[in-house]
Amino acid sequence: MELTPLLLSRIQFAFTISFHIIFPAFTIGLAAWLTFLEGCEIVTGDRVYRRLFDFWLKVFAVAFGLGVVSGIVMAFQFGTNWSELSRRTGAIQGPLLGYESFTAFALEASFFGVLMFGRDRVPRWVYFVSCLMVAAGTSLSSFWIMVNNSWMQAPTGFALRPDGVFVPTDWSAIIFNQAVWTRFPHMMLAAYVTSAFCVAATGAWHILRGSAVHEGRTMLAMGLRLAAILVPIQIGFGHLVGDFVHDAQPAKFAAIEGRWNDEQPASEILIAWPDEKAEANRLEVAVPYLGSLIGSLSLTAKEVGIKSFPPGRRPPVAIPFFAFRIMVGCGLLMLGIAWLGSWLSLSDRILRTRLFLWATFLSFPLGFIATLTGWFTAEVGRQPWVVFGQLRTTDAATPFLTTPQVATSLTIFALVYTLIFSFGSLYVYQLLRAGPIASAAAIPIRTNPKRPFAIPADRPAVVADASSTRE
Amino acid sequence: MVEFWATTLAFSILLYVLLDGFDLGVGMLFPFATGETERRRMLAAISPVWDGNETWLVVSAATLFGAFPMVFAILLPAFYLPMFLMLAGLILRGVAFEFRDKTRRFRWLWDAGFVAGSYVAAFIQGVAVGALVQGLPIQNGVYVGGPFGWASPFALLCGAGLCIGYAMIGACWITGKSEGRLRDFGFGVLPKLIAALLLFLVVVFIDALVIDLPVLHRWIERPALFLCPLVGLAAFGVLIRSVYRGDDRFLFLAGAMIFLAAFTTLAASFLPYILPFSLTIQEAAAPLSSLEFLFWGAGLFVLPLTLAYTIAVYFIFRGKIRPEDSYR
Ligand code: HDD
Ligand code: HEM
Ligand code: HEM
Repeated sequence: MELTPLLLSRIQFAFTISFHIIFPAFTIGLAAWLTFLEGCEIVTGDRVYRRLFDFWLKVFAVAFGLGVVSGIVMAFQFGTNWSELSRRTGAIQGPLLGYESFTAFALEASFFGVLMFGRDRVPRWVYFVSCLMVAAGTSLSSFWIMVNNSWMQAPTGFALRPDGVFVPTDWSAIIFNQAVWTRFPHMMLAAYVTSAFCVAATGAWHILRGSAVHEGRTMLAMGLRLAAILVPIQIGFGHLVGDFVHDAQPAKFAAIEGRWNDEQPASEILIAWPDEKAEANRLEVAVPYLGSLIGSLSLTAKEVGIKSFPPGRRPPVAIPFFAFRIMVGCGLLMLGIAWLGSWLSLSDRILRTRLFLWATFLSFPLGFIATLTGWFTAEVGRQPWVVFGQLRTTDAATPFLTTPQVATSLTIFALVYTLIFSFGSLYVYQLLRAGPIASAAAIPIRTNPKRPFAIPADRPAVVADASSTRE
Repeated sequence: MVEFWATTLAFSILLYVLLDGFDLGVGMLFPFATGETERRRMLAAISPVWDGNETWLVVSAATLFGAFPMVFAILLPAFYLPMFLMLAGLILRGVAFEFRDKTRRFRWLWDAGFVAGSYVAAFIQGVAVGALVQGLPIQNGVYVGGPFGWASPFALLCGAGLCIGYAMIGACWITGKSEGRLRDFGFGVLPKLIAALLLFLVVVFIDALVIDLPVLHRWIERPALFLCPLVGLAAFGVLIRSVYRGDDRFLFLAGAMIFLAAFTTLAASFLPYILPFSLTIQEAAAPLSSLEFLFWGAGLFVLPLTLAYTIAVYFIFRGKIRPEDSYR
């Protein structure tokens, strides 16, 4: 394959946004979780919530920082690498992304300062409101991003000018796009579920290590019970999102299903090896009738296959096919863990079921994996279009970019992101490992005002230890 | 409508330059501080606000994208490599706030990133201004300059100049925000920075005369423009007087006035162009429906609100930094 500026730009976009989404997926949920903890403490006065708050705030700070810096890059790339896209759809995407930064980021970034440094500078209720604002800000920014992306997936409310510019004619059609109302909840729930599992996994870890058992148990129970409620809802929304794809983007749906030929009634392929050259599946395991049932809620409906689309309008098959299965697999796994764990958490038995604690601990990446694979399904399945049915990805790139230019920028990002990601995860790991201040040794926060958040830097032994135990 | 968004754009860029300018400047002065305590204080002086400051860069970019997509689509790819270098710089800078305190062994790494990121970002912003002032090679709305079309000696000179300017306003900020040794440090570097900035202004003016910059003709056509540099000179006067007397109350204001004067001079001499001498504001604007959509929500409500809480945050964290604030 030749390394064209276009291909490199796509790799760069996919790489940087995949890197970026990891942090929002975590911080959207954590912001809500922090608000909830602060509220719990105000209502009940129980200090355990404060200790958990202080603990998660530190983790939030690192993740939020990485989210902000990697997000700024995204906004710029629309101009640098996809200037034709910007020129032609800027009148629509520009205001949407504009709303995103105006409403959300300003809100988040400003109140974030209060959250980090204002505990003793503002009254209690102002602090709580700041938590609320940060949470609202992350949700709002996701909303606008999802509106924007949903417009690219299912463009409406525009007229095409002779010079190729998309002129918005109906903003309410653009914002209240049918796709948004399933995809936005699906994304929000993905973030909440991801964070819930991180919280539960951290709880399980501290119970296993016997370091902060009371706090660990609180986290474990809260995380798992929240997930037990949210994961089924998430799967329900997943179905609705699938419905939208079925109706609006049949080629993507066929790729997700790995269905090459039209079928009536259609079977559902559980697993297979799609062979794009032979235009057929190998090693296929399929359930008859289920395909029609899932796609159209009937046992006899006809479902279209990929071969019904001309080659120039087909997405790649293997990536959406596998990515979708990984996402669904993660969802089912999380459902099992959350339900089992919620049941176990009703009694002290959960503290002794070490196998389950280990399983929960190891499940922390599931949400991230599902989120990433979900996006890969959605974005790769949309190819070869960047604005579905209207503008091809090939025509959206900056026309005069050269391969060395894009190769350089991609290298810069690969280096910088590897650096900050490895250190970032090391520091998050150290923070998580240090754990919340355990109840027995509860230290009032104000005793050491100079370093209230004393972190392992003061304990080089832990740092050395942590880096040696990390694979 | 178009005027509103052009003004908003100019305003958010100005705000970005003023706000992120001083915290980039603090980053540039960081290695020269006398010790770890002073460094922590320097960070404490900007840590609650830098993130909000940088938001104005995003707001500027978003306004540009939303209201003037054509300019967005021309400028960003024209500055492809410097743009990404600047972003990498801002990333390294941004993570340093969180990372440097979590490690002792690697603190040098994040400190280096913080400092280098500040210099790179400031330098590239200066280069971009310089290249714009000089005029980018654009034909029929398409940039034709190749990967390095922006790199003229004049632009590079402007890059160095903006570094000095940011460092100066950064010094104004920390001096006003601190006491004791850090304040002394601020007063120590300010005279040198002011002298360097004045020298730069003279050199850049001469260079502009030598290469016969098109902007200069504008000044001859519009003599009223000379008012702005006069304001700038007055601000220099106040600044020098304050430094001389060891008075830190008006330092930052005076520094900001200098930037304001320079910015207004440039902006006013370019009107009605948005890309100097090739694309006018009217030609570049998005369709009316986009501008109006953006106006009724973002322009009318969110923008004033954002301003209000930017002010609120500065109010909450007003006054000198307290010893216990030294960053974490
Ligand atoms: C569903 C969530 C979501 C998705 C899909 C994306 N983002 Fe994001 N982004 C967020 C949710 C988010 C966030 C949670 O709101 C962040 C993380 C930390 C923050 O400040 O906001 C963020 C940060 C963030 C910032 C930093 C702004 C600042 O605070 O200074 C920018 C400019 C973007 N994003 C832009 C983008 C673009 C252009 C995307 C896609 C092409 C994108 N994001 C995908
Ligand atoms: C945050 C999670 C996201 C992930 C993981 C993701 C993933 C990807 C991937 C893998 C590609 C490359 C597809 C290919 O070239 O085959 C891509 C392309 C792209 N995506 Fe996304 N995407 C995400 C969100 C978004 C959002 C929110 C937007 C719009 C606001 C968006 C806009 C684009 C654009 C403009 C391209 C480049 C053109 C293209 O190849 O279609 N993406 N993304
Ligand atoms: C188990 C049942 C699930 C089903 C049937 C399902 C279905 C889908 C489908 C069809 C898409 C593609 C949408 C498009 O192309 O626009 C998608 C996207 C996505 N999924 Fe799922 N999903 C499920 C579970 C999950 C889980 C558990 C998570 C995360 C915790 C998740 C996160 C995402 C994300 C982040 C996207 C991309 C955003 C979007 O396009 O809406 N999904 N999902």
